[in-house]
Amino acid sequence: MKAWIAFWNILVKDMKTYYLKPPNISWGLMFPLAWTSMFFIRSGSGLDAIPTILPGVVAVSILFGTTSMLSVAVTFEKKQRSFERLLLAPIQLEMLMLAKTSGAILFGTANAFVPVIMAAFLFDLSGISWISWIVFISATFLIAVTSTFLGLFIAVAVKEVFEAQTFSNFFRFPMMFLCGLFFPIEKLPILIKPFSYILPLTYGVDILQGTLNGSQIMPLTLDFLMLGIFCFGLFYLSLRNIRIRWIA
Amino acid sequence: MKYQDELVIQVNDLTKRFDDVLAVDTVNFDVSRGEFFGFLGPNGAGKTTTINMLTGLARPDSGTILIGGIDCTKKPRTAQHLIGVVPDESNLYPELTGFENLSFCAALYGIGKCQREERSRHLLKTFDLVKAADRKFGGYSKGMKRKLTIAAGIIHEPEILFLDEPTTGIDVASARQLRQLIADLHGNGTTIFLTTHYIEEAERLCDRIAFIVSGHIVAIDSVTNLIQPVQAKHVVLFSFANTVGDYAALLNETYPGLDFTLPGPGKMRVESDESIRVGPLVRYLEDLGLEVQEARRVQPSLEDIFVRITGIEAESMRKETEKAGGRK
Ligand SMILES: Nc1ncnc2c1ncn2[C@@H]1O[C@H](COP(=O)(O)OP(=O)(O)O)[C@@H](O)[C@H]1O
Ligand SMILES: [Mg+2]
Repeated sequence: MKAWIAFWNILVKDMKTYYLKPPNISWGLMFPLAWTSMFFIRSGSGLDAIPTILPGVVAVSILFGTTSMLSVAVTFEKKQRSFERLLLAPIQLEMLMLAKTSGAILFGTANAFVPVIMAAFLFDLSGISWISWIVFISATFLIAVTSTFLGLFIAVAVKEVFEAQTFSNFFRFPMMFLCGLFFPIEKLPILIKPFSYILPLTYGVDILQGTLNGSQIMPLTLDFLMLGIFCFGLFYLSLRNIRIRWIA
Repeated sequence: MKYQDELVIQVNDLTKRFDDVLAVDTVNFDVSRGEFFGFLGPNGAGKTTTINMLTGLARPDSGTILIGGIDCTKKPRTAQHLIGVVPDESNLYPELTGFENLSFCAALYGIGKCQREERSRHLLKTFDLVKAADRKFGGYSKGMKRKLTIAAGIIHEPEILFLDEPTTGIDVASARQLRQLIADLHGNGTTIFLTTHYIEEAERLCDRIAFIVSGHIVAIDSVTNLIQPVQAKHVVLFSFANTVGDYAALLNETYPGLDFTLPGPGKMRVESDESIRVGPLVRYLEDLGLEVQEARRVQPSLEDIFVRITGIEAESMRKETEKAGGRK
């Protein structure tokens, strides 16, 4: 009970001070809009291309909405030392870090629905079954968790706020290009292909492709399994790093 | 180590090294329930490092820490509900108001909303911050920041409060007010562990003091016991407008009952077990060619004993800058 009071208040505070700030909200709206228009212009395709484009826009929106936001927020608090308050509180580190990340996870998941809602105005999405929607929502959530934990992993590995930014781009851009959004993975050069399979976003995008346009290349269970492994792995590594590096 | 109910902090052979710096070196001490215990030492002595290890923000290389009988080296987070910490720099959230900061800190300890808000309001009143309650912490003055940081450290009513140089870097009036607030807290039964590099502050507030220099505790005792050796002494301080040769040696020869030392350029200190007659001494000094500007009798204090034990010039401690050594 006591731990939940702490959890809830950390979440609410982070929401207020970071995620629900007007610049972030407008970013969350503008970003998918810009991406979608770019796709249309580049491919010269019509509205019926929406189901092929949507998975990519959803995945990229989540990725950009969570990773750097969380890593910057955590690095900032570490640097100005308010993070010490959290480390001094009688809360288990696991609980504390879940509280610290849940704001970004919610924000990321919400970001994913901006392009979906926009698409719904332009295209008839009623052909997609409710089971597909459940799978879609679970996948969005898992992508949000994974990319948030990636942000946490980055935050724990760096010292300065600008390093957090740079380092998250170091992960994000390769991930964007190799996850099968721009080029189908099968068409990637044989030497680069293995990299696609060590990036979490590849599996997330694969699920989204499957639900929205049926073009997935891996079994759904494998995709979910891999995303799950990335979640636990990144979270575990981050906690380990906090214990070793921050409570040194 | 066996836990004695009355000893709320027990520290044994605590050691911590940073690369080539031995920040804390085999430190031993106990603090009893309700005691006001002070760690007095210059910058870089290892005060903050010790506090960090005691509060779970740093891991000792070796040694044991028991807080309320709980072994903090094995279970660093289990004793944290017993302690409150006021760090050397205010570390609250600049974007939250004073009230929000306090309420948030209380929530971290699992305190429910009503109680949280009531305690926050109460502490804002105690710390004379009611007018600033709804202003952002980022805009507070240094003294206000420090006050709110102390309030945040006690919002969960901890049994033991750690204060790391609470009066360093703030104006004299705020410092005085803070000392009074800390003394009141102690009066209400809170065990206090305070670090400082102000000798007078330690002397005025603490029941018992440890002198720490370069990671070592060089003396540890109650203030009364520490002062004991100098208590009966008579001391006169002289200052001169000029200096001539090595007059200390000559004076020590001429006045066998008095002890002359030169603590700095143009300064002289005379110590004796008997009362010192200043008049004749001044005339003698002037005959030597010294221009006496001031001759002042002083009450022997903890400062004398600190200087004697540590060999550190008291003046240099007083002048130390606010940006206390340590973390970069
Ligand atoms: N994180 C750190 N890394 C390296 N050296 C440190 C670190 N923290 C403290 N030190 C060193 O340890 C010594 C003790 O520092 P500190 O405990 O901050 O002293 P104090 O609080 O008494 O001023 C100093 O020499 C300081 O430079
Ligand atoms: Mg210090």
